[in-house]
Amino acid sequence: MRYLPKSPADRKAMLQAIGARSIGDLFAPIPAEYRLERDLKVPRQMAESEIVDWFRERARENGDSYTTFLGAGAYSHYRPVIIDSLISRGEFLTAYTPYQAEISQGTLQAIFEFQTMICELTGMEVANASMYDGSTAAAEAAMMAVRITGRRSVVMARSLHPEYREVLATYAHHQNLPLSTCPFDNTGRLNLQELEKSITSDTACVLIQSPNFLGTIEDISSVAEMAHKKGALLVVSIAEAVSLGIVEPPRQADVIAMEAQSFGVPLGFGGPYCGVIATREQFVRQMPGRLAGQTTDRNGKRGFVLTLATREQHIRREKATSNICTNQALVALMVNIFMTIYGKVGLQELAQHNLAKTAYAAGQFNKQAKLLFSGAPRFNEFVVQTSEDPYAINSRILGHKIVGGLPLRKFYPELGHAALWCCTELTTRSAIDTAVGMVAESERSVKAAKEEVDVQEVSR
Amino acid sequence: MKHMTRKATRHVNQNEGLIFEKSSAGKAAWKLPPLDVPEVDASALLGSSARKDLGHMPEVSEIEIIRHFTRLSTWNYAIDLGMYPLGSCTMKYNPRVNELVVRLEGLANGHPYQPEKISQGALRIIRTLSDCLLEITGMDAITLQPAAGAHGELTGLLMVRAYHQSKGAPRKKILIPDSAHGTNPATAAMVGYAVENLKSNAQGMVDVAALTAQMNEDVAALMLTNPNTLGVFEQEIHKIAEIMHAKGGLLYMDGANMNALVGKVRPGDFGVDVMHLNLHKTFSTPHGGGGPGSGPVAVRQTLEPFLPKPVLVTKPDGTLAFDYDRPQSVGRVRAFYGNFGMFVRALAYILANGPDGLRQTTEDAVLNANYIRKGLEGIYDLPYSTPSMHEVVFSDKLQAKKGVKTMDLAKRLIDYGFHPYTTAFPLIVPGALMIEPTESESKEEMDLFIEAMKSIAEEVEEDPQTVLDAPRSTRVSRLDESAAARKPVLRWKPGT
Repeated sequence: MRYLPKSPADRKAMLQAIGARSIGDLFAPIPAEYRLERDLKVPRQMAESEIVDWFRERARENGDSYTTFLGAGAYSHYRPVIIDSLISRGEFLTAYTPYQAEISQGTLQAIFEFQTMICELTGMEVANASMYDGSTAAAEAAMMAVRITGRRSVVMARSLHPEYREVLATYAHHQNLPLSTCPFDNTGRLNLQELEKSITSDTACVLIQSPNFLGTIEDISSVAEMAHKKGALLVVSIAEAVSLGIVEPPRQADVIAMEAQSFGVPLGFGGPYCGVIATREQFVRQMPGRLAGQTTDRNGKRGFVLTLATREQHIRREKATSNICTNQALVALMVNIFMTIYGKVGLQELAQHNLAKTAYAAGQFNKQAKLLFSGAPRFNEFVVQTSEDPYAINSRILGHKIVGGLPLRKFYPELGHAALWCCTELTTRSAIDTAVGMVAESERSVKAAKEEVDVQEVSR
Repeated sequence: MKHMTRKATRHVNQNEGLIFEKSSAGKAAWKLPPLDVPEVDASALLGSSARKDLGHMPEVSEIEIIRHFTRLSTWNYAIDLGMYPLGSCTMKYNPRVNELVVRLEGLANGHPYQPEKISQGALRIIRTLSDCLLEITGMDAITLQPAAGAHGELTGLLMVRAYHQSKGAPRKKILIPDSAHGTNPATAAMVGYAVENLKSNAQGMVDVAALTAQMNEDVAALMLTNPNTLGVFEQEIHKIAEIMHAKGGLLYMDGANMNALVGKVRPGDFGVDVMHLNLHKTFSTPHGGGGPGSGPVAVRQTLEPFLPKPVLVTKPDGTLAFDYDRPQSVGRVRAFYGNFGMFVRALAYILANGPDGLRQTTEDAVLNANYIRKGLEGIYDLPYSTPSMHEVVFSDKLQAKKGVKTMDLAKRLIDYGFHPYTTAFPLIVPGALMIEPTESESKEEMDLFIEAMKSIAEEVEEDPQTVLDAPRSTRVSRLDESAAARKPVLRWKPGT
């Protein structure tokens, strides 16, 4: 086996040194009746070339080289080459959690810079590094609000990512945290009258997403004011991190739960991604996840360590803020490098490109079908309602090697034949025009079919 | 070679400030293509939501970023540099072909919501890995959705709870041995269970008499790590399972140490009802400085209805699809389908090994731990003489007499060119030195390690201060952790 650095002679010498007759002696503690005396039924040992071929075949079966209009919590952005060059360095790739600070300064300083940049972008005072993803970050942020306020219930927006809502429901269920859902209005924003009614003296937090699942940017100040007036916290989930380049961050929030996948992390069929929680300094001791802090060594030299570990499971056990241990460190490093590459000016220009492509696409779709929620600003996603079932339209678009917008029937049946479309800096005008053309064709044929029926009815 | 190290030497490494300290307006490491759609006015489109300024985000060039992170990387220790014997963490070699295949176009760029018709490759990977893991564990059904080991524990206990609920009541308690990882009690609390401590016996194993006494109809499950955190196989595992099952309880196995068992024995065969695996331990996916991981949960058929949704199914036409119609499911524990990139890597590892390679890997891991045990026995105190599997736990009892604790010994080991072992864990061993070499170490590397540990023991006798002052060869000396916690500085600010 090519990963094992021992010759038969080494093994023999080691067994001799130990005083064992055979390797079987070392497995004697396993009761004989349970020992597996046969080969595992897994594929035979493969050569490296065979492994590469096997996965190439799977990659070909997996939508290789399609253009996508899918977003909905997983965004297709360009990944600068140096991200992979740098994270492939063995010193980052094959290191453990930086508990031994003296030989982990690289990882620790990188985390410190990550925390700083997340704070700059979100307008929060502290940020952790990291949570599993945006969905679990949102759930953990809600539980954090429960600990901070001593209240039990959570009001979540219906425009929060449906799968994030499902995850929160799973987490909240067995801790007996009542959840309620607040609807959106016809601008796609949270219905403030309904929100006012749903916040009670037991509401720990209002949990919203902005830009929300429908692409709409929420009126953060009004929501914050309403939550705070009744002593509840505001938790804002951000699923599309690139929006931070041009959309004012929710500074009035108490906790921000982010999905940072947009910052240089491959779509990778849904993971690994990178959740982050950011908050105000006063709440840091209730925040889950790892934190790097600055300190000095015995000679007064600047250095970094993992800190405030008394929040964590390896110290506090059942009283910890969370059970999280392994996080998404290497993915956070991708995010870190991405933020460094684009920086202060690039992130803004990148976001500007997303905005422009989306504005163009939304305008074009609106000429052929119905653009929903146009009364409030959006970033890079929008909802288009068609006369025909979007699954049917999409299957025709797929023939052009283009994946159309996400049909919303599963998540929001009340929206009828609606789909959520997303444009990023990678979406070309020609792809937009092709997709819009297919939607236009669909509308025309539905209309023609309808006219045909009308004509027949008149003639009858 | 007394008091000298043959493994490591000093070499020049570069100083490097924070990236913000290199920033200067007008530098850039990016370039966007020309817009092919009309430009827009952000203020007009976004109104009061338009952002004006990105604060103190850096402005640097590409070469500076390459040097910045490359310099930082050289301050890290890593498996690629040498033995990393962190007990319980399983720091084994991370094969590079795994990194290549995960970056193949169709896999790296697959959107989680793309139509199933063009997702068959990804689904086939999930199915093949699932089948392999079920065969390895001897369990009946599996979910790959949990993002890490602790997340797998959460998922597993949610299923335990749903199972008991379906029988009438969720029960109240989880039994956890005093040798367990901190994640176990933290997880039980998150699922709304009370934690009851189970004492270990003189051999470091579950005290079967105590378990019998503590087990009753209020106990939902026992969370057991096997081999446990002492590296000891629970020899009375069959009795433990019987005691749990007799009172309607379940046996949860924390699979953190599954690398001691693969190909030699299967948890499903010795009575485990639900267990998680850590793909980043046993199945070689890189730890990456703390993550990402992946924590699949495998269960017995009776728990299958409670798996998180969606569940992968084969349709009548032979294609694969996700089934969301799972009325008894515990729900979702994560958006999408889990850390797919880790599935690709773990499967590549399994394919590279095959049945013979997996078995040899387990045998070598156990051989290595026992070789180190033999090499250091007598020099360091061995609190439990029970046979070791994949790791061995010593204590600092002998060295503590000279005022040198496990953490001091660990810091000195750094000067000898090794990453320290796990310190101060498990909690049942005061001053623990928990050593797990994994199968990835050659005899030569382990001989150097044994030599280093012996040399440090001599230093403790002759000149304990040398050890207390360690490390001496690193960029920074011991860092003031209490100052960091007392007055936390958690971000850079301009002018500091």
